[in-house]
Amino acid sequence: MRLLPKSFRANKRERGIEYFLLFCASLSILTTLGIVGVLLFETIDFFREVSILSFFTDTQWTPLFAQKHFGIWPLLTGTILISGIAMLVALPAGLLSALYLSEYAPDRVRRMVKPVLEILAGVPTVVYGYFALLFVTPLLQKFVPGLAGFNALSPGIVMGVMILPLVSSLSEDAMQAVPRSLREGAYALGSTNLQVSFRIVIPAAFSGITASFILAVSRAIGETMIVAIAAGQQPRLTGNPLVPIETMTAYIVQVSMGDTPVGTLEYKTIFVVGMMLFLSTFVLNILSQRLRARFREVYR
Amino acid sequence: MRILFRGLLTFPLAAALVVLSGCGGDGVKEGARGVAGSITVDGSSTVFPITEAMAEEFRREQPDVRVTVGVSGTGGGFKKFSRGEIDICDASRPIKDAELQMARQNKVDFVELPVAYDGIAILVNPKNTWCESITVEELKRLWEPSAQNKVTRWNQVRPNWPDREIHLFGPGVDSGTYDYFTGAIVGKEGASRGDFTSSEDDNVLVQGIAADELALGFFGYAYYEENKDRLRVVPVNDGNPQNGDGPIVPTVDTVKNSTYQPLSRPIFIYVRRESLDRSEVSLFIDFYLKNAPSLVSQVGYIPLPDEAYQLAHGRVARKVTGSVFAGGSQVGVSVQDLLKKESAAAE
Repeated sequence: MRLLPKSFRANKRERGIEYFLLFCASLSILTTLGIVGVLLFETIDFFREVSILSFFTDTQWTPLFAQKHFGIWPLLTGTILISGIAMLVALPAGLLSALYLSEYAPDRVRRMVKPVLEILAGVPTVVYGYFALLFVTPLLQKFVPGLAGFNALSPGIVMGVMILPLVSSLSEDAMQAVPRSLREGAYALGSTNLQVSFRIVIPAAFSGITASFILAVSRAIGETMIVAIAAGQQPRLTGNPLVPIETMTAYIVQVSMGDTPVGTLEYKTIFVVGMMLFLSTFVLNILSQRLRARFREVYR
Repeated sequence: MRILFRGLLTFPLAAALVVLSGCGGDGVKEGARGVAGSITVDGSSTVFPITEAMAEEFRREQPDVRVTVGVSGTGGGFKKFSRGEIDICDASRPIKDAELQMARQNKVDFVELPVAYDGIAILVNPKNTWCESITVEELKRLWEPSAQNKVTRWNQVRPNWPDREIHLFGPGVDSGTYDYFTGAIVGKEGASRGDFTSSEDDNVLVQGIAADELALGFFGYAYYEENKDRLRVVPVNDGNPQNGDGPIVPTVDTVKNSTYQPLSRPIFIYVRRESLDRSEVSLFIDFYLKNAPSLVSQVGYIPLPDEAYQLAHGRVARKVTGSVFAGGSQVGVSVQDLLKKESAAAE
């Protein structure tokens, strides 16, 4: 009889813990919902004053100045340009280093190289930003004539280096998940190491590799410090990587650092741009999750 | 780290200094001179170097007074000032009517103190060989709102300049330097093109122009003085022979004798009337005006004549509130005009 209340108490405590854990889990969900709500609310408010049509067709973005234009394209192309350059660096280099680590590297080398690559991911982005502005840009200016002090090229390259470990680490995991039997089959048929890498491992790990690429793209789009420091603060519609541009994230930083009164149209532009950012990374993340789920099923 | 986040860093840095000085100050007895308290300053990035230098020196005399100096642009500073959130506002232009009204609504009275003269310098990259001088007319054509996305190459400003892109750099819209420049050059305050690299942090502009052969930008003379070896200053011709013939280079002399026009202007601090009742604030202001002649030129600005500081001192002592410069920037206020206005206010 004495046991019952005790276990009852234990039960109660158990349930208390459960509620607490539920509370913790819902905290992050509620935060997300709150963010989406605020973004949505301010965005709708913004489009009451600015037509959606001009938002997507105007080619100028000057909400803070005398002649106000609200065309998102200069910021969008800025983001796409820099992310594109970053991908040109991160994807091939990331994929090949993953291939090396997974298929070629002796165990000792792998154990040493992998953590070193991951250190790259741990460097604060503000450090990368100043690295791009004060080291990479002056260096590039020696080879590239007409390269401006603020430009898309240098932060793009540096961002690619920053994202490289993400690509290589995730791709390598995908390659490691390819069953040995597939490789051994190919070797038995007389394939060389290179043939196995490119004809067996990469195709077999393809969805995992794509997932890592997409995650890398969404990381590049959301990157803030590097571009805010090294790419300039001038929204311009151009594909030229040598001149100052502005990305969506850098615009948000620029406006937030001044003193923009709450409720003004300038203030709402931050949220509209934030919404655009959120939407693009959201879609990419879902895509990558889908791909990863597919890749898990294949070899179970 | 200084380049982008100086404004943000100032606070923790100042706070850290306060903690340090606070520790040291524990043993010091509250003597006749010892005053404790804190003074909050915010506003113009142009005035920042002066006030920051004053605060540093003042700390030596009064280790228990903490002075925090923020940078959020003149517009940002006045917003906080007229809500009564700060004691002193650094301003690179006089208070605007709208700001004055807001201050009145919130019952914030203030004493207006011109502290120095500043020239706005036009700057290009040292590798730029063609831009040897520029006229006010050309500056207007380059910066007015209708130039947006139209005037984008050097030869559109002057036909014999090269057919290459021009990259523009200037202070952001919260900056008093921006307000004054647009008022003096374009003719309407706050009206300019929007397709240029704008930043509230003048060091970003220095960095941008110093690393870009095709750049042209403007900011306070003192920041040029600090970066002389990385930038080239462009003489400005206002087409008015009365202010000196031909293009004029901004120097201490040309700003002082009003030949560098229309881009010379007085810069100010605004002190809350209520804050002056606190002994740490009134001591700081006394210190400020007393040391202005020497410290102002040390940080690259042009001091006012001693008489102007004495008049200002008189107004602080008698707590004469209100603005004689109100209504936004006036273009071409010479030192003599300033003195006249000052003495009129003192009577």
